[in-house]
Amino acid sequence: MDFTLTAQEEAFRDEVRGFIEKNLSPEARKDPAFLAKWLKAVRDKRWVGFSWPAEYGGGGGGIMEQVILKEEMSKAGAPPLGMCMMGLQWVGPAIIEYGTEEQKAKFLPEILDSKYQWCTGYSEPGFGSDLASLQCKGVRDGDEYVVNGQKIWTSLAAWSKWIILLTRTDFDVEDKHEGITCLLVEMDSPGIEVRPIKNMAGSSHFAEVFFDNVRVPVANRLGDEGKGWAVTVSALAHERSGISEVAGLVSQLGDVVDLAKRTKRNGRPASQHPSIRRRLARADAIIEGMRLNGQRFLTRQLKGEPLSSETSINKLHRAFLAIELGDLVLEIQGSASQYVSKSNGNGLGDDFKVPSGALDWPNVVIGGGTPNIQRNIIAERILGLPKD
Amino acid sequence: MNFGLTEEQRILRNVARRFLDERAPITRVRDVMESPQGFDPDMWPAMAELGWLGLVADEAYGGAGLDWVDLVVLLEETGRGLLPAPLISTSLAAAAISEFGTGAQKQRYLPSLADGSAIGTLALLEDSDVLGPDGVQLAGTPEGAAFRLSGAKRFVQDAGIATLFIVPFRAGDAIRFALVKSDAAGVSASSRLTMDQTKRMGDLTLDGVLVEAGGLLATAGDGSIALARLLDLGAVAVTAEMIGAMDRALEITTEYAKSRIQFDAPIGKYQGVKHPLAEMFVDVETSRSLLYYAAWCVLESPEGLPLAAARAKAYASEAFTRIGINGVQLHGAIGFTAEYDIQLYLKRSKWALPAFGDAEYHYDKVASLGGY
Repeated sequence: MDFTLTAQEEAFRDEVRGFIEKNLSPEARKDPAFLAKWLKAVRDKRWVGFSWPAEYGGGGGGIMEQVILKEEMSKAGAPPLGMCMMGLQWVGPAIIEYGTEEQKAKFLPEILDSKYQWCTGYSEPGFGSDLASLQCKGVRDGDEYVVNGQKIWTSLAAWSKWIILLTRTDFDVEDKHEGITCLLVEMDSPGIEVRPIKNMAGSSHFAEVFFDNVRVPVANRLGDEGKGWAVTVSALAHERSGISEVAGLVSQLGDVVDLAKRTKRNGRPASQHPSIRRRLARADAIIEGMRLNGQRFLTRQLKGEPLSSETSINKLHRAFLAIELGDLVLEIQGSASQYVSKSNGNGLGDDFKVPSGALDWPNVVIGGGTPNIQRNIIAERILGLPKD
Repeated sequence: MNFGLTEEQRILRNVARRFLDERAPITRVRDVMESPQGFDPDMWPAMAELGWLGLVADEAYGGAGLDWVDLVVLLEETGRGLLPAPLISTSLAAAAISEFGTGAQKQRYLPSLADGSAIGTLALLEDSDVLGPDGVQLAGTPEGAAFRLSGAKRFVQDAGIATLFIVPFRAGDAIRFALVKSDAAGVSASSRLTMDQTKRMGDLTLDGVLVEAGGLLATAGDGSIALARLLDLGAVAVTAEMIGAMDRALEITTEYAKSRIQFDAPIGKYQGVKHPLAEMFVDVETSRSLLYYAAWCVLESPEGLPLAAARAKAYASEAFTRIGINGVQLHGAIGFTAEYDIQLYLKRSKWALPAFGDAEYHYDKVASLGGY
C-alpha cells in the first residue's frame, strides 16, 4: 500500500499545476474569450480525452495521470476540458470499445473538439429502470434501419446533434437483453421530433424524443445487431463512474461549510450546532470514502483485475450527498432559503447556489440508474442474491 | 499509488484465517466467552509464536517489525471471528512503549509482550468517560523523582487479565504516563460483566501505588500529544476489528437470505431484504477504504492520521451500528436467539461504538480539524 506519487507522476502533476497557473489566472478569466481560449489550450495539450487512443486525437495517457489531471483541475475550479459532456463521458468510450474504424475516425475527433452535443436515448415511457424491456422498434430495410417509437428523459436532446439510441430489432427473444441494437442517429433526421419537458426546478434540460419512420444507415450501428445491451452496460458503467466524480464534491462541501460558518442560527454560527456539524462532517467522511474507494478500484484496474459493479457504491454515495447537501443548505439558511432568483431556480436562497441544490438533485440521483437499481446491481451481481 | 495489499499481507491474512478457523471457530469462541477469564490462555502462546503479539514492535525487541497496515489486516481477521483475546490491548501497549518508552523500558517490556508472557493494556478513561487530556484527572503526588498514584481508571479493556497497564496521570499541569504492573503494591483490577462477553472490561484501582522515575514513559513536555496519538492508534485498531466483524455479519446474513424460504422464495429475492444487504456492502467497503488509508498514515503520514482516523472510526461506528441491527432484523425472530451467531455481531457492534470514541466524538473531531 502506497499513496505517494512516483517521480514521473509528480512531474506530471507539476506540469498540470503550471498550466493552471498560467491559463486560469484571474487576468485570464477576465478575458471575454476566456472559455474558447481555455478549450483550445487544453485541446492542444491533448488533455481532452486524456486516456483515448492517440491515433484518434486522444491523449493516449495512463489512468493514474488522468486521475491527477482531474483532481488538479477540479481543485482549481477549472472549466470543463471539453463541452461535449456525454460524448466525453460515455459515448466516446463506447465507440472506442465497440465502434468500427470509420466510426472512430469520424466521431472521436469531433467529440474531442467539442463540435456538438450528444444525447442518450435509453429510457422510454414504459421502460426506465427496466431498461432491457425497451420497445422502440428498429427494422432492417436494405442498408438502413427504420426506427419507430419514443424515448423520454433524454437530457440535452434539444441541443444535441447526435443521439446514441437503443432500439429493439428482435421482438422474438427469450431473454429480453437480446435483440437490442444500438444506433448512432443524427438528430435532424426526418421523422425526429423533440418535445422539451419542464422539470420541477423550472428548467427544460430533458425532453421526449419521437421517432416516426426515421431512417438510419446500417453503417451507424454501434456493435453487432441484437447485441446492443453490452454496449449499454459498458456505457452505463462509464456514466456511473463519470457522475461519481469526487473532486467537485470537495469544493461543493467547502461552499456549504463556509455558508454554515458565516450564517448565524439562534445567535451562533450554524456550524456550531451539533446536528449540522455532524452532518457536514459525515458528508466529509463519505466524500473521502468515495475518493479512497475510487483509488482502491483504480488499483485493481491497474493490476488488470476486471471491475464488477463496484462503481455502484460511489453512485449510491453520490446520490445521498446530492440530496443531503441541498437539504443541509436549507437547514443552514432557514427561511432565507425560500427566496429564489431567476438565475437560481434550484432553491436555496438568493446568495447561494449548490450545483445540485434542494430541487435539482434528481439529475444526479435518478440519471444513470436510480439508487434502488444500484442496490439491485450490488445485491445480485456482487452478493449473488437471486434476481427478483 | 497502489491501494492494494502486498503478497505478504495476503499471506498474513490467509494464515490468520486458517489459524483462527482451526483454533477459534465460533463454537470455541462461545466456550471461551463464558469462561471466568473470557480468554483462552492456551491460545495466547500460539499467537505469540505466529508473531502477532509484537507485530508492529521492533525486531530488536522481539517484535515482528511490521507496520500498521499489516496489523490492520490481522485485526480484520480477529474481528471477523470475534476472537476473545487481548490482541488490540497488547498491541496498543506495545505501541505506546515503542513510540514513547525509554531504551530500558523497551528492553524490559517489549519482549515479554511479544512472547506472550505479559499482557498489556491502556487505562485511559476515568469516571468522566472523556477521551483526551480533560479526562485525565488522576493526580500523581511527587515523591522525589517518583510519583504516588491513588485513584481509579475505568472501562479498561481486558483489565482482569492484563499484567501491565499504561496509566496517564496529572503531574502538575502536565500529563505523564506510568507503567503499572498488575502485581505492584496497591494495584487491583476488576473484570466486569459486559454486554459483549467477547470483550471484557473492568476498572483499575490504584491505592498509593509508587511509580519510580524508571516507570514513566519518556513523553516530552506535556503528554497530551502522546495521549492524542494513542487515541488515534486505538481508533484505527478498533475500526479494523469492526470491519472484519461487519464483513462476517454481512456474509452470515447474506447466506441466510439465500437459504431462508418465505412466500415460496428465498427472502434474498425480495428488495426489502436485498437492498439493506447492498447498503451493508457499501458500508463495509467504504469503511475499509477509510481504514486502510488511516492505517497507512500511522507511519507514512503522521500529520494526516488524526483526520484519517476520525473519519474512519466515525463512519464505521455508524455503519456497524446499522449492520448489527439489520443483521439481526433480517434474520427475523431466529436472529435474536442465543443459538444464532448473528446476535454476537450485534453485541460486538455495541461494544465497538464507544470504544476509542463514538461517531459523535469523531465527527466533531472531523469538523474541528476541518476548521469549523
